[in-house]
Amino acid sequence: PPAQSQNDWIGPPDKHSNLRPVIFYVPPEESPLERRLREARQEAQACNQRFWARHNQAFHQEKEEFIYSRLKAKGLQMRDETGQKATLSAEEMADFYKDFLSRNFRKHMQYNRDWYKRNFTITFLMGQVALARALRWLRWKKKNVEH
Amino acid sequence: GLFMWRLKSTGVRHIPCQFLHLCRAANDRLITFQYFNFLKRMYVTQCNKDLSQRAKPKSDPVVSPFHELQQLEQEKKVIHRISPIPSAHQPWPETSRRNELREVKSAAETGSVTAVRAESRDDRQWKEMKLRLDELPGILARLSKIKLTALVVSTASAGFAMAPVPFDLPCFLLASLGTGLASCAANSINQFFEVPFDSNMNRTKNRPLVRGQLSPLLAVCFAASCGIPGIALLTLGVNPLTGALGAFNIFLYTCCYTPMKRMSIANTWVGAVVGAIPPVMGWTAATGTLDAGALLLGGILYSWQFPHFNALSWGLREDYSRGGYCMMSVTHPGLCRRVALRHCLALIGLSAVAPVLDITTWTFPIISLPINLYISYLGFRFYRDADRSSSRKLFFCSLWHLPMLLLVMFTCKKSVLEKEDKGDLLGESHGRAVEIRLP
Repeated sequence: PPAQSQNDWIGPPDKHSNLRPVIFYVPPEESPLERRLREARQEAQACNQRFWARHNQAFHQEKEEFIYSRLKAKGLQMRDETGQKATLSAEEMADFYKDFLSRNFRKHMQYNRDWYKRNFTITFLMGQVALARALRWLRWKKKNVEH
Repeated sequence: GLFMWRLKSTGVRHIPCQFLHLCRAANDRLITFQYFNFLKRMYVTQCNKDLSQRAKPKSDPVVSPFHELQQLEQEKKVIHRISPIPSAHQPWPETSRRNELREVKSAAETGSVTAVRAESRDDRQWKEMKLRLDELPGILARLSKIKLTALVVSTASAGFAMAPVPFDLPCFLLASLGTGLASCAANSINQFFEVPFDSNMNRTKNRPLVRGQLSPLLAVCFAASCGIPGIALLTLGVNPLTGALGAFNIFLYTCCYTPMKRMSIANTWVGAVVGAIPPVMGWTAATGTLDAGALLLGGILYSWQFPHFNALSWGLREDYSRGGYCMMSVTHPGLCRRVALRHCLALIGLSAVAPVLDITTWTFPIISLPINLYISYLGFRFYRDADRSSSRKLFFCSLWHLPMLLLVMFTCKKSVLEKEDKGDLLGESHGRAVEIRLP
């Protein structure tokens, strides 16, 4: 993002986490409230990134392992004569999906709680910041009018 | 039309293009193309999001075909992402996305690929997080899942139309608007809650909050500015019962269904209730009371949700599993199919109850029997085969089955005058006829 921009910038989805990274703009006269908001957002972003990157990688890895073990049980190779990767049918994959979901249930529950809390906090802070900015602007307007 | 066929021929296994195919077939069924476009929009919207969205009504917007196409493009882009992402060295000029889409509309296959690549290239750039006012209507439309809410408004209108009272236009308009606003609010809050999950699912990763086109604060403010006037409108402009139902439905959708999606498969049943409430609201808006007819109409929509959703969720098991959503199709696949079949059959039963409650004449169960049997047949095929093609067939059937059923119901509606006559003949036994509001 250009150096003179006064806004945050959001990028393309991350390869592992599918989340879009945000580069936060730090204004020169950042109030403590605004700093709290920015830090909360950065922390949430880092947390989300860590969780999803790890989770998605685990998913793909376990999926590969599952396919490999199933193919081996059937006596097939990972790649057939044309070099294409062998895949299992949707019904066979369904077993894996069910298993994966139940194994990660606890992890998701914890993440949900965490995410909801963060989301509310960030939004609430955003509200406070918006209010503070609006009051500041009104005061500035009043000062200008008086002069 | 030609464009749509091209989509199919690219070999992209793409649900909307099958749907469009169905769309053309359905034209023969004397359903207006407009209405079908409407459904297509609804479906494309559903595709774009997490399937389990149930929405509340919204007044019907005039969505330009452009917007539709844009949605369609986003869908295609979604599918294309799975295949290798094209390199950034594209020889196309840096035209705006909209121009690309305009070209695509009249162009052939290559044109469509151009648009897709342009969009995915566009998507891979860094964007400034500034709210652009000219984009705002589109952003808010996507935030409120306007197409889906529009479809739900039509179910509420069906509820209103089926109520055995003279048609009151102002009331109808207020009810539709109120439920539409309530729906926008509910959908916005839902998207607000689900940002990281939506990012990870192919269907939903182009939502405004995911792309940073809108701040969460703005989303919440929008939801409040739709929801509060919406419910107020329903409570004060229509009647308190409808307002209460609207508020309850928002609560059910945002605070029960949305979190439950990640906790237990029971979310599907809660979601079915969310979908069943709008026609009940339409009915109570017209009559002011919650009587058997309202519940029957709600029951029909409740049952319909299951074949519709279960069939659709069958193809999304991978995304659900990775995203951590607890859906029957992933955890209890047998139950998923059984429930879908069960409710297809229930629709036959419910249709037969309609004349008993004096909502329709006896012609309704007879005329609706073919379509109910057909969806039950597809439900049975889905139950037995449990594969992608049967799930898709069932899903697409559900899309035209519901509007058709409601249409037939409306045409078979027991006319108010008929009931009045009966009332005169049979005395007090048809009390409802006597209470009819005179225009």
